[in-house]
Amino acid sequence: MGVFILRRIGVMILTALCLTFIVFFMTNLYPNLEKLAKTQGNFRMTEAEVQSYLDRNGYLQPIFSKYAQWLGVAPGWTKAVNDGVRGRCVHGTVSVDEINNAPKYCGILQGNWGFSTVFKNDVGPLVLARLGLTGKLMMWVLLLMIPLALMIGVLAGMREGSATDRSLSTISIVTTATPEYVSGVIFVAVFASSTVGLKWFKGTATAAMEDATFNNFFLPVLTIALYGMGYIARMTRASMTEVMTAQFIRTARLKGASFLRIVLKHALRNALIAPFTVIMLQFPWLLNGVVIVETLFNYKGFGWLLVQAAGNNDIELLLAVSVASVVVVLLTQLISDIGYVFLNPRIRIS
Amino acid sequence: MEPMNWWAIIAQIFWQFIPVWIALILLFSVSFIYKKRLGLYGKLYDSAIGLIGFGLVMFWVFVGVFGAMDFIITHDPLSQVSGMKNKPPGTPMRGATAGEFGYYLLGGDNLARDVFSRVVKGAWIVTQIAPLATLFAFMVGITLGLPAGYYGGRLDILLSFIANLILAFPVILLFYLLVTPEIVATGVPSYMATVLFVFPLIFAGVLLNSRFHTQPKVRTPLLIIVLGIMFWTYLSLVSEPGSKVDLLPSSLDLFDIPGGILVVFVSVVFVNAPTVFRIVRGLTLDIKTRDYVAAAQTRGEGSWYIMLWEILPNARGPLIVDFCLRIGYTTILLGTLGFFGLGLPPESPDWGTTINEGRKLLSIYLHPALPPAIALLSLVLGLNLLADGLREESLKD
Repeated sequence: MGVFILRRIGVMILTALCLTFIVFFMTNLYPNLEKLAKTQGNFRMTEAEVQSYLDRNGYLQPIFSKYAQWLGVAPGWTKAVNDGVRGRCVHGTVSVDEINNAPKYCGILQGNWGFSTVFKNDVGPLVLARLGLTGKLMMWVLLLMIPLALMIGVLAGMREGSATDRSLSTISIVTTATPEYVSGVIFVAVFASSTVGLKWFKGTATAAMEDATFNNFFLPVLTIALYGMGYIARMTRASMTEVMTAQFIRTARLKGASFLRIVLKHALRNALIAPFTVIMLQFPWLLNGVVIVETLFNYKGFGWLLVQAAGNNDIELLLAVSVASVVVVLLTQLISDIGYVFLNPRIRIS
Repeated sequence: MEPMNWWAIIAQIFWQFIPVWIALILLFSVSFIYKKRLGLYGKLYDSAIGLIGFGLVMFWVFVGVFGAMDFIITHDPLSQVSGMKNKPPGTPMRGATAGEFGYYLLGGDNLARDVFSRVVKGAWIVTQIAPLATLFAFMVGITLGLPAGYYGGRLDILLSFIANLILAFPVILLFYLLVTPEIVATGVPSYMATVLFVFPLIFAGVLLNSRFHTQPKVRTPLLIIVLGIMFWTYLSLVSEPGSKVDLLPSSLDLFDIPGGILVVFVSVVFVNAPTVFRIVRGLTLDIKTRDYVAAAQTRGEGSWYIMLWEILPNARGPLIVDFCLRIGYTTILLGTLGFFGLGLPPESPDWGTTINEGRKLLSIYLHPALPPAIALLSLVLGLNLLADGLREESLKD
């Protein structure tokens, strides 16, 4: 088991390195750098001004050297300009003394995530704060989604082909067919619109960042939860119907155990193994939903940050965002594999 | 003129869809008569869920086709009419000339364009791109997944690592990286298209060669004709004058795909292919242990023959079901792209872009955003129901 986890972590690090390099490469293509220079300076910059801006800020070095500096395995660049020295590890133009006192290496290995060109702030605390806000959103999504999905799945799978099964299965198909941007729009139209809607909830969740109430936070949570719910419910139903036809359930029936007891005591535990993996593997999709819903409801969390960073080619912020999301995706995969081994005694790794 | 009431609007919309109803009735009655001879498709007519799904899907396909032929739409989806900005459904059109339809059936959007016609035109974009992109993703996934599952070993480790790498990418981040004008200018999507679109050629070539290589007289002309046509189509598809990949002189170029559409297409294929790869690989791992595969190996058949003519046909059930589900997912992805204003031009009538336009004023005007949202929902729902029906029917025998 230990070797298995170590190997998986090794693969994880390799994946994260490859992915960040791809992001690094794409964001450092020349047209993107040109756009960055123009948004930072002004839109009427000439070609020569763009070149000099990029050169002053160290963007024109070879890509591998820049990547190694970002990682913190190569010393940060320094450059003498006419009024002092500029460098990766200092902000702006400084004197020679200051650059000598500044650390030589400043990449993510040293805990330096860089500087966001859009928010004019250090990337590390920025991403952490937004992750916290999204964490709050995700917690409520999971609290709503998982019990609801498992309940629907178990109720539908209990008696295959019954009227309950048919109607609950239809509901779960409808929810999987409704992407967040459709359900979000419909919910806002029905529950929050100021002209014809019911006006039960608020159409934006900006206020929920400070102080989340049922009134301003329920719609975004519901929107994300519904899309993920259908899939988990269908998996639970499939797994439940399979368990309900197993031999030990028949034995329990023949012993005269009540239906409720059979479901709760015998079937449920065995039926919940498959949904567990599915729930864990849903995380990457939830991340997607988070981006859409945060944009739709103007909730300034991690997904909103991703859109801002990507839209403005904020290289270091974008890299930090992709590292964070890749780590989330790969960690959930790891947890789902390990959890599967613990839940299912028939599987042994090694 | 008086505004139309809701009943009149519904009746008029029903009337506009007349070609679609006729086509649907024809399709269903013909298929119903011959259903015994139509295999899996005929069996679909025994399952209520599958039939409802198929009906919804075909409805939008016909709307797309007839909409493209300008049968259903009442106005030009791009032209703006003064005084119709954000007007509610059924508003009479100001200054309508004699030949024109006098009402905006579902109202006007924030640029005073007819919402109804835009939704109908949007159906054509979706029904064109989504199935084709899914087909390409399947070609890529199958061509790589079969050898990965069949040979295993280093090849499998490498390909699986790459597939997992792409899957670990948040889809929206990938779209933002691929589908921006700056990236298009560097030619990265064009190069990706050149690589991704080769796979159907490889697939067809290997498929035919492995079957007919014992009869060179049939094989050689067949391969030359099929690959020749496909290669020409391929070159016309990837080469575009002015872009980085400009291989074919314009006199030989059959058709030009607008740059935005090609980028959207490539990125959707790129996102879908790894999942198809994983499914095909898993199915191959399972099927290659069967007796008929062992029999073929004993006969001395080549590996590619076994993969393409023994394993692939036996994996078709799950693959067909996944194909339907994946078209739905691709539709959702296309909507996501439109929602973030990526790739397709901002005036494009596709549903994602229209929803994105409409949501900005959602708390005051509902009618521009709701029709495309409901259209997208019903198409994806239809595809999911169809997949469910197909799964049920294919499991029966």
